[in-house]
Amino acid sequence: MVSGFNLDWGIAIYALPLLLGGIKLTIIITIAGLFFGFLLGAAAGLARTSKNKPLYGIATVYVEAIRGTPILVQALYLYFGVNQLLMQTINWKIESVPAGIIAIAINSGAYIAEIVRGAVQSIDKGQVEAGRSLGLSSFKTFYYVVWPQAFKRMIPPLGNQFIISLKDTSLFAFIAVGELLRQGQIVISATFAAFEIYTMVAVLYLAMTLSISTVLRFVEKRLDVS
Amino acid sequence: MIIKVENLHKSFGELEVLKGIDCEIAEREVVCVIGPSGSGKSTFLRCLNLLEGITSGKVIVNGHDLTDPKTDINKVRTEVGMVFQQFNLFPHMTALQNVTLAPVKGLGLPRDQVNQTALKLLEKVGLSDKAHVYPQNLSGGQMQRVAIARALAMNPRIMLFDEPTSALDPELVGEVLTVMKELAREGMTMVVVTHEMGFAREVADRVIFMDHGVIVEENTPQEIFTNPQNERTRAFLNMIL
Ligand SMILES: Nc1ncnc2c1ncn2[C@@H]1O[C@H](COP(=O)(O)OP(=O)(O)O)[C@@H](O)[C@H]1O
Ligand SMILES: [Mg+2]
Repeated sequence: MVSGFNLDWGIAIYALPLLLGGIKLTIIITIAGLFFGFLLGAAAGLARTSKNKPLYGIATVYVEAIRGTPILVQALYLYFGVNQLLMQTINWKIESVPAGIIAIAINSGAYIAEIVRGAVQSIDKGQVEAGRSLGLSSFKTFYYVVWPQAFKRMIPPLGNQFIISLKDTSLFAFIAVGELLRQGQIVISATFAAFEIYTMVAVLYLAMTLSISTVLRFVEKRLDVS
Repeated sequence: MIIKVENLHKSFGELEVLKGIDCEIAEREVVCVIGPSGSGKSTFLRCLNLLEGITSGKVIVNGHDLTDPKTDINKVRTEVGMVFQQFNLFPHMTALQNVTLAPVKGLGLPRDQVNQTALKLLEKVGLSDKAHVYPQNLSGGQMQRVAIARALAMNPRIMLFDEPTSALDPELVGEVLTVMKELAREGMTMVVVTHEMGFAREVADRVIFMDHGVIVEENTPQEIFTNPQNERTRAFLNMIL
């Protein structure tokens, strides 16, 4: 080994359990956040296809506001800004992990709204006419005819959003969430093994995102979307 | 009269597409609507099940006043089947599921009973072996026959056809027309927008010629095709025959 350039991979043995703890939180925040993000995004996306002006307006403001600001600003705004307000008024604050989940939900919701809107609007209007001409209500036509077809088209972009949101959780290191990046930084501050630990952190993120894209490719093949 | 249309006007914004249509259609009657592209044939047909809103005039279908806001339009539509040029089958459902969806989810009929009726209807249109096939694996002619079975599954009193064979390869037109002829023979009330003059001649009780949003001439197929009264009718028939 080159002298003066000492890599200590033994540190990995020490760091791994801590990093795996971080991974657990990363996954929990991602999945919980995306679950609520999907509900929010589906509602906002459908509102964006609606002829109801106020509904359309609210959803549009939401989507534009979130897509137009960095997620780090959103997370800081929620955890420090909104929390300050909450502390002053009701003496209660959102803890860091729920704040992370809320931030992912609100952020991904705006992008998912556009995914949902695009997919729903891409379904041929002849499908709706066929459903309505059979006497199905507009809700039943949507539920049985439009949504299943639209949902299939949402799968690839939703998978993409899954990967983006997972990586976005690393920003919650800034709001004291003990997710993967934060755990890595804690280990580094104790060991000064920045290269080794950041390498491990990067590889672990990569392992997660590659797993998602592999599963996704399998699902897309099975459902024959595209 | 199972269909009564009085002074029907329909505009899309500034564009007036139907300029006062009067028309009565009796039960068991087969009426073919012909005319140049853009003359308002589809719009007229779509006003009969309110796929297009009515701008003014009166339309009574199977006893329901379509311009009365209290009319339950979903109920009316269960009594009026429609077949589209582009088939509009549901691509995520098999042929059988296409046929059973509305009776089960719309009318709330028991699935077993509906399945049996649906299989009989698929047999009637010559597709009993395709019940579990998805539309993407059917030919155009087969898709249109499934679409007809799907409409019939609601047990409608009236069937509307909007150029049902126009999107088909020529060799597939016959199989769809055969099904429609059978339906006419059984006494279904049918309004058919079509360019198939052979079908109109053979099956129609009456042919309506539309141009520029009005009914220019209507008569028996015999009269319309051999002895058209109006200059525009003559010009149109000369062009296509
Ligand atoms: N939804 C619509 N919005 C605006 N214009 C329409 C719409 N549907 C039809 N039109 C217009 O109405 C006219 C008649 O159309 P249509 O009824 O489809 O004629 P046809 O079926 O005889 O070809 C055409 O000029 C067409 O462009
Ligand atoms: Mg047309």
